[in-house]
Amino acid sequence: MTVKELAEKLDCKFLCGTDFPEKIVSGCYCGDLLSWVMSRAKSGDAWLTVMGNINSAGVAVLADLACIILTENAAVDDAALEKAKQNGVIVLQTEKNTYETAAAVSRIL
Amino acid sequence: MIGTMVLHADLHIHSCLSPCADDEMTPYNLVHMAKIAGLDMIALTDHNSCLNCGAAMEAGLDAGITVVPGMELCTSEEVHIICLFPTLEKAEAFSDFVYESLPDIKNRPEIFGEQLVMDAMDNVISACEKLLTAACAVSVSHAVATVGRFGGVCYPAHIDRPSYSLLSNLGSITPEMGFMAAELSALANINELKENYPVLNEMHLIKSSDSHRLESIGEVFSQICLNRNDSESLVYYFNKLFSKIS
Repeated sequence: MTVKELAEKLDCKFLCGTDFPEKIVSGCYCGDLLSWVMSRAKSGDAWLTVMGNINSAGVAVLADLACIILTENAAVDDAALEKAKQNGVIVLQTEKNTYETAAAVSRIL
Repeated sequence: MIGTMVLHADLHIHSCLSPCADDEMTPYNLVHMAKIAGLDMIALTDHNSCLNCGAAMEAGLDAGITVVPGMELCTSEEVHIICLFPTLEKAEAFSDFVYESLPDIKNRPEIFGEQLVMDAMDNVISACEKLLTAACAVSVSHAVATVGRFGGVCYPAHIDRPSYSLLSNLGSITPEMGFMAAELSALANINELKENYPVLNEMHLIKSSDSHRLESIGEVFSQICLNRNDSESLVYYFNKLFSKIS
């Protein structure tokens, strides 16, 4: 499934990355500690987190993640958004919490 | 009061070894910028490493400013802790210990930035391989004892910040953690913090710049009273805080 399709089904807002919505999502990982995500998330995962820090964008590139989904409308700072744009990272945002979003992703994928 | 000299100290500065710091933050540059900014003492606190401390201390001797060997430790909970050491040897021993415990994730300079190890004349000696911004194996509750084992002192960094801080990640600061001091960021509202976390009334609060760029060095500093302007006296000062309270 593409990130665009997933975003539509989850009713997520695109914060950046609308240029390449056809990126494929193959799985999902939930977590807010970047070190855990770096070493445990799998390539192609949608990453559910509340961590909108500049290093989140770096971790998404490092782990080759399909997209970042900021749950509970967690904020992303400007530096992080800039970094995401530079590196082709898709950042989505949803008002639902991580559990609700993960459950929805599980039904959709 | 422990000392007789009032020192202007900025105890949280990054060099080009930290991937998020500007490449211009070379040991020579940052030390001389600190001198120009009127500081008497700085601590070099790169993420999870002390590998540029030797170069900065050497440059500091030349510039006439004290450079305390330090580190900004990233605990297993991704809480940042400022660690300060009396000597370079002790700092480097701790640095080796921390590096060993970092996950085996290689830095990708194009994503995170360079991690350059330099000498005092800004020649690049090597690039640090593992990603230094990852979390090490030391937890917050073991930080004081672990750093103490290496002869150093430590306290939580920028506790008011929304990321990588004790309050953002763990939600509270308790006496059991053993911290006698805490660092606040430049814009922290001290009164509000003390109201929300009364334990801070008992602690020594420090403001530091957390500089990642040359321009911000000296923008924020703390005044500390010591008998001598050197690393041993600073660490002694912090250790005194412990004995005073316990």
